[in-house]
Amino acid sequence: MPKNLSLYIHIPFCAQKCRYCDFLSCDGESYGTILRYVDALCKEIRLYEPIADEYNVRTIFIGGGTPSLLDESLVANILAFIRQIFKVERGAEITIEANPGTLGNQKLNGYLKAGINRLSLGLQSADNELLKKLGRIHNFDQFVASYSAARRAGFKNINIDVMSGLPGLTIHTYVDTLTKVLNFDPEHISAYSLQVEEGTPLAKDEELLKELPTDIVDRRMYEITKQLLNAKGYDRYEISNYAKSGYECKHNMVYWTGGEYVGFGVGAASYFQGKRFSNIKGILDYISLLEGTSEAVEPASKEMVYNEAMKSLRENVTPVYLYSRMEEFMFLGLRMTCGVSREDFQERFNKDIYEVYAPVINKHIEQGYMAEVGDRIILTDAGIDVSNYILADFILDKE
Amino acid sequence: MSDYKSKIRNFCIIAHIDHGKSTLADRIIEKTGTLTEREMQDQVLDNMDLERERGITIKAQCVRIVYKAQDGEEYIFNLIDTPGHVDFNYEVSRSLAACEGAILVVDAAQGVEAQTLANVYLAVDAGLDVMPVINKIDLPSAEPDRVIAEIEDVIGIEAHDAPRISAKNGINIEEVLEQIVQKIPAPSGDENAPLKALIFDSVYDSYKGVIIFCRLYDGKVGKGTNIRMMATGAEAEVVSVGTFGAGQFLPCDELKAGMVGYITASLKNVKDTTVGDTVTDADNPCAEALPGYKKANPMVYCGMYPADGAKYPDLRDALEKLQLNDASLSYEPETSIALGFGFRCGFLGLLHLEIIQERLEREYNLDLVTTAPGVVYHVIKTDGTMIELTNPSNLPDPSEIEYMEEPFVSAEIMVTTDYVGPIMQLCQERRGVYISMEYIESTRALLKYELPLNEIIYDFFDALKSRSRGYASFDYELKGYVRSDLVKLDILINKEEVDALSFILHKDTAYERGRKMCEKLKGEIPRHLFEIPIQAAIGSKVIARETVKAVRKDVLAKCYGGDITRKRKLLEKQKEGKKRMRQIGNVEVPQKAFMSVLKLDEE
Repeated sequence: MPKNLSLYIHIPFCAQKCRYCDFLSCDGESYGTILRYVDALCKEIRLYEPIADEYNVRTIFIGGGTPSLLDESLVANILAFIRQIFKVERGAEITIEANPGTLGNQKLNGYLKAGINRLSLGLQSADNELLKKLGRIHNFDQFVASYSAARRAGFKNINIDVMSGLPGLTIHTYVDTLTKVLNFDPEHISAYSLQVEEGTPLAKDEELLKELPTDIVDRRMYEITKQLLNAKGYDRYEISNYAKSGYECKHNMVYWTGGEYVGFGVGAASYFQGKRFSNIKGILDYISLLEGTSEAVEPASKEMVYNEAMKSLRENVTPVYLYSRMEEFMFLGLRMTCGVSREDFQERFNKDIYEVYAPVINKHIEQGYMAEVGDRIILTDAGIDVSNYILADFILDKE
Repeated sequence: MSDYKSKIRNFCIIAHIDHGKSTLADRIIEKTGTLTEREMQDQVLDNMDLERERGITIKAQCVRIVYKAQDGEEYIFNLIDTPGHVDFNYEVSRSLAACEGAILVVDAAQGVEAQTLANVYLAVDAGLDVMPVINKIDLPSAEPDRVIAEIEDVIGIEAHDAPRISAKNGINIEEVLEQIVQKIPAPSGDENAPLKALIFDSVYDSYKGVIIFCRLYDGKVGKGTNIRMMATGAEAEVVSVGTFGAGQFLPCDELKAGMVGYITASLKNVKDTTVGDTVTDADNPCAEALPGYKKANPMVYCGMYPADGAKYPDLRDALEKLQLNDASLSYEPETSIALGFGFRCGFLGLLHLEIIQERLEREYNLDLVTTAPGVVYHVIKTDGTMIELTNPSNLPDPSEIEYMEEPFVSAEIMVTTDYVGPIMQLCQERRGVYISMEYIESTRALLKYELPLNEIIYDFFDALKSRSRGYASFDYELKGYVRSDLVKLDILINKEEVDALSFILHKDTAYERGRKMCEKLKGEIPRHLFEIPIQAAIGSKVIARETVKAVRKDVLAKCYGGDITRKRKLLEKQKEGKKRMRQIGNVEVPQKAFMSVLKLDEE
């Protein structure tokens, strides 16, 4: 029986880099580079040809960067190529991230035709001044136009990204953004709290940093999000994700539940065949490495060339052994509000969850950061606020 | 007299720190061809890496040199190098006991310093002839004439024909060698009398067992002699004897009166060969032992704990091994609620402590947590008994204490007159009692103070240097115990008393110190999920308080593109941070918090 697999496609291009972003992307690339990159992506996908029929692709996520910067025909080509190599399940969840301001009717229709059925729009805030301050390229009106166009085109599953904890953001403006977002009635809302990452322009901008809300205000925003969204029928199913029933992002759930996925593109992360690894990070290195695989036609030499290419493409290849799997099961699973199942743990690892984690679980239950609900163990709201602190305890002592 | 003894010179070199003692030793060894230039490594007598790095001599070292003098005769020099730091005065005195003379090295720019005086007095007390040498004459600031006058005035020894040398650049070393022959007396003694030798050091070698470093006063010893240590009574048959090459042992047939050398016998325990003891022939013993000298007692104590509790046996083994070659180190097991199993260790001074700590970390690869060093207090209880307190946690209940005493030292500080004010102020701050001030010359003064030892073990030396721009020098000796108003300061973290942070101090300094400790700890303890009060208290009275605020937000952001590895790394880092912490109640305290409170006075 084929195994389930998810695919992530990384499009590292942006019209302009946001000031808080530390994700792999580059701005102002020439069209030529973009074409060569897409070609390289397809060549990387082709490396999986010899083993692709062992898998059944259930979700695809095209993320970035700004994937919507690409012509819809390029996106369609990539997806068509995936279907040539892999068996993509009927009704598979196929998401693309889009920046308002880069979306027109033609693009939206092209996406739909290519089989994309979920759209993720990065709004972040409805406050234009704030958007500008963060280095976003769009304003609220453009978002409204993009969203309405997407609905008209026929998108039935849309996510809107909003952010709290932004510099200069007050509770008032944040609630305003949430109210506006709720008026659009999207199926899914991702509400993140900003993290100042080292090395980003934001981290060096003393002025902006001074405007960051205090932890107390930030947590208040988080509580308000939950209250407002719950009231409108959105359920928080993961630390930062809310959805109407049945619209939880399947692709993300694969990450939290230890499912296998392959990431294509520069720097893309994979968990495949028991190993975690990520692709090399230089765009030009990535392109030239894959261009080198096009010569191979003879089946015998082809397999060798493919294997070589995969080896040079992957970095930080880490086998995930039993105890690492347990750790991941916990620290990823607990991100979901449904938490982890004791029975599931027993089934996967042939051990009782308490045999491994009793002191940690009991300590945090006692202090009110975790709770046991039937078969499941979850983080409480208080635990979510400080989840890093709690989850770090699930890393086991080596030796 | 063509006696072999007339060709022997046993001497040591004494100096204030940095006046060039070890460099001169190097030059002497080089000049006499004991080592070829290729073999010459700077400061050959400083064997330990630590000694070379810090530019100090910790252990006494010994070397035998053959010198062909201008009179055409060959002389045997036994040079015994001595430590220069006040912590190691004890080692100095043991080296002196094996010599007839001492070369006094004085820096031509700096002149007589506090340790110069202290060392000269030690040498004179030991009956040695002191031969001054003026070093660093090639420095632009050198004033050899002034320094010679100073030596004659202040110390009162003849110095007008003192060799003017530069040990660093090899100037006039020949003259030093000639003067050694002329000015340092040859040893006396009778090689036909019963064996009488002084142990001035002993080291443990895993192949040879205990190696005794000794000076023979009478008699002879060779392979097969049955020797007896007169104090410990230990007896053994000699396996080999010999003299000291630079960095190596040179075996010979026998050692005779007047010679300096080593003896190996089937001795397994360094404790059998106490330094200062007399070695004699068990079959033909001498009538009475040499006077020996007083063993130094540890003055400073601290707790040493392995950062990783599982390394406790390793720490014990390491201390045992160090003690084999360092009789002045003492240790005994103790238990701390905060730090687990460890040892209360005794040292000659803070430098000694630092050196042992560094050796444990480097040579034995141990990660240590050290508690605040303290001195030995006398606690006189209401029942009239007295206890020597080395660990603040063992302080009896206040109701059982009649009064307490703390050790005081007599300190001599030599300083240029410009800085007399700041130095007096420093001594005042450290509860010093002014004794006297003498002008040595128009620009320099010798200050005498009595100071509590506990006030000088931390950073007094550094403070002295910084307040005098490096122009003050300092020496001290233990004076005795003085009744004092002492209290025990406790630190409470989240209401839990942390035994490893308790210490004893004078009542008047308690508030200031408590406040600083709380402040420092606040900066070291990471925020937890709850608020953590940090308090300093005397008994039940809180005298200072700080609060570590609670964490309100610590959430993983979006997992971009399923990059789990990055999130794992973040959590692992967080976990690793927690691992290096000590659990105190439900608060995790980093190891370095325990150490940071040792350095409160650094601004």
